[in-house]
Amino acid sequence: MAVEKMSIAKALNESLRLALDNDPKVLIMGEDVGKLGGVFRITDGLQKDFGEERVIDTPLAESGIVGTAIGLALRGYRPVVEIQFDGFVFPAYDQIVTQLAKMHARSLGKVKLPVVVRIPYGGGIGAVEHHSESPEALFAHVAGLKVVSPSNASDAYWMMQQAVQSDDPVIFFEPKRRYWDKGEVDTDSIPGPLHKAVTVREGSDLTLVAYGPMVKVCLEAAAAAREEGKSIEVLDLRSMSPIDFDAIQASAEKTGRVVVVHEAPVFYGSGAEIAARITERCFYHLEAPVLRVGGYHVPYPPARLEDEYLPGLDRVLDAVDRSLAF
Amino acid sequence: MTVESTAAARKPRRASKRTSAAKKPESAEPQLVQLLTPEGERVEHPDYSIDLSADELRGLYRDMVLTRRFDAEATALQRQGELGLWASLLGQEAAQIGSGRALRDDDYVFPTYREHGVAWCRGVDPTNLLGMFRGVNHGGWDPNSNNFHLYTIVIGAQTLHAAGYAMGVAKDGADSAVIAYFGDGASSQGDVAESFTFSAVYNAPVVFFCQNNQWAISEPTERQTRVPLYQRAQGFGFPGVRVDGNDVLACLAVTRSALERARRGEGPTLVEAFTYRMGAHTTSDDPTKYRADEERAAWEAKDPILRLRAYLEKEKFADDAFFTALDEESETLGKRVRETVRAMPDPDPMALFEHGYADGNSLVDEERAQFAAYQASFADSAEEGK
Ligand SMILES: Cc1ncc(C[n+]2csc(CCOP(=O)(O)OP(=O)(O)O)c2C)c(N)n1
Repeated sequence: MAVEKMSIAKALNESLRLALDNDPKVLIMGEDVGKLGGVFRITDGLQKDFGEERVIDTPLAESGIVGTAIGLALRGYRPVVEIQFDGFVFPAYDQIVTQLAKMHARSLGKVKLPVVVRIPYGGGIGAVEHHSESPEALFAHVAGLKVVSPSNASDAYWMMQQAVQSDDPVIFFEPKRRYWDKGEVDTDSIPGPLHKAVTVREGSDLTLVAYGPMVKVCLEAAAAAREEGKSIEVLDLRSMSPIDFDAIQASAEKTGRVVVVHEAPVFYGSGAEIAARITERCFYHLEAPVLRVGGYHVPYPPARLEDEYLPGLDRVLDAVDRSLAF
Repeated sequence: MTVESTAAARKPRRASKRTSAAKKPESAEPQLVQLLTPEGERVEHPDYSIDLSADELRGLYRDMVLTRRFDAEATALQRQGELGLWASLLGQEAAQIGSGRALRDDDYVFPTYREHGVAWCRGVDPTNLLGMFRGVNHGGWDPNSNNFHLYTIVIGAQTLHAAGYAMGVAKDGADSAVIAYFGDGASSQGDVAESFTFSAVYNAPVVFFCQNNQWAISEPTERQTRVPLYQRAQGFGFPGVRVDGNDVLACLAVTRSALERARRGEGPTLVEAFTYRMGAHTTSDDPTKYRADEERAAWEAKDPILRLRAYLEKEKFADDAFFTALDEESETLGKRVRETVRAMPDPDPMALFEHGYADGNSLVDEERAQFAAYQASFADSAEEGK
């Protein structure tokens, strides 16, 4: 067994290295991914070892990056493209939504689009505008895409493997403020499938549903609530599209109370979808309405205000109290 | 194994001989419009002449020195933790001051995030530029008070705004011009190509001012283009010209001429200022990963400020008293910038809910009220704790 402690950044790097090693068709593409190793160094050293033909510094054109990745995929390659930051995916949004997501269906299944679009997302790093957003719902709403986000190093490692091997396009959201968080990665033992949720903490009074950067906050909230005698379960969704509603339902039926937590604005966010489904699926098991904690319906604020904007421990615990008060 | 590489067994059908990585473009040798050599010698150019008074020359020098000082102060403030990030213009002073001083008050500027020298020429208080890098706002200044638009982080996006604004200027029958700044990296963006198309088709009075500082973070210009950038304009149907971006006189003359052309109703011009980013891309960048030290050294020899100083001294356009006074002015500016930034308060949390909608929005009102109550709950518990 090969168990190693590594950061999420390192796990992604190792995973991409393995993907390049395993399959000559895998390509890495993006701005600054070569010599610099990406602005977050996720592709550090890969161009040195695999060459410029496989780890490709692209012109600065997001639509061009995704559009050409589609062409390469049609030709039999498996491109993994990096969008430098969340806010810069939008020049490519047209290609992702009108082309990448739909080509498989339009070809009646003849064409496969094994493209991974990696997007470092979310706030908490004190960045300037367009560097802290959580646009996952905009992608999850589009049929034809898989949308996932790891919350820890092991998932980062294995979910990337699974994303690269998927014949469908995967939008791979990387929680950038967790890049440097370390965890154990067993590089031999493959965890469950990409779309499965995982219970990362057992509890009986209430379920916190989260993914990506918010899983850690929810685990901290659950630990704090424990000291007040509350038993909180935490579900790491891992995939926002598809969503593992069976896992959510099972936990909701067990605890009777659910709070969904994400960084993206609550309004029309993934929490809305989850809350609606839980209500449909297990209305009579619920002790309280499903509550949501997330960003406000405002532009992502300047860095000095992001602590107010981002759901922290207190806001999560506040929602827990409100749910338990029903 | 549930995770298996279905394609792992597949081998590439042929080893790729045709390299996809373009080599340096053949005609990369800059054909520059130059009026002042790196040694500070005045030279003439058949198409671009300029005749400035000693006073005007000293003014350009002062602009460049103060801009560089401001920039250095901001870099230092970032290192001290007062700013989250800084994008330095070190080395690009001539391109920015030369083009900036070519503008009339009624012209309109669409900058990227690095146009601190142009902002200076527009009379924007430099400390206003620091709010977004400190993280207390996203820009904050009123673009219409100096005809200097907000900084744009999404590269290339502003070129379309400039084209559209210029179309409006033409519709209005006004004779002002518009200038859009962008980098060599941005030249690859579709938005930039589309802005070329729109402005050519509508004959919009816009000058595209590309500062080719040789790098887009770690990517060299040859990763963006195989022809010299200024030549691109031809395919869109308007002229392109490459100017020595470290020569403030040439930048002034070329931009002035392009702006006049726009004013005469003759449409857009692409100006490629061939220059160099001497520092890192931003304070988060580490150029040692991709750039040779010798390259910077070679460009230091073309420093825009030293070159104008050599000329001023040789021609006795400026004496020691001028330089001493300017040093003092630099110190004063540096001090003011430091003090202003340190005193910049964090925004009031309620500012989160300001300005999302011009007409207001009931959802935001509801969230604002919830947030206020939530904030107040902390104040209450602090009271109780007393
Ligand atoms: C659409 C978009 N993609 C990526 C980025 C991240 N980014 C910021 S600056 C930059 C390089 C820009 O280079 P260039 O246009 O040459 O301008 P320079 O910074 O060198 O002045 C990149 C890739 C961005 N801001 N916007």
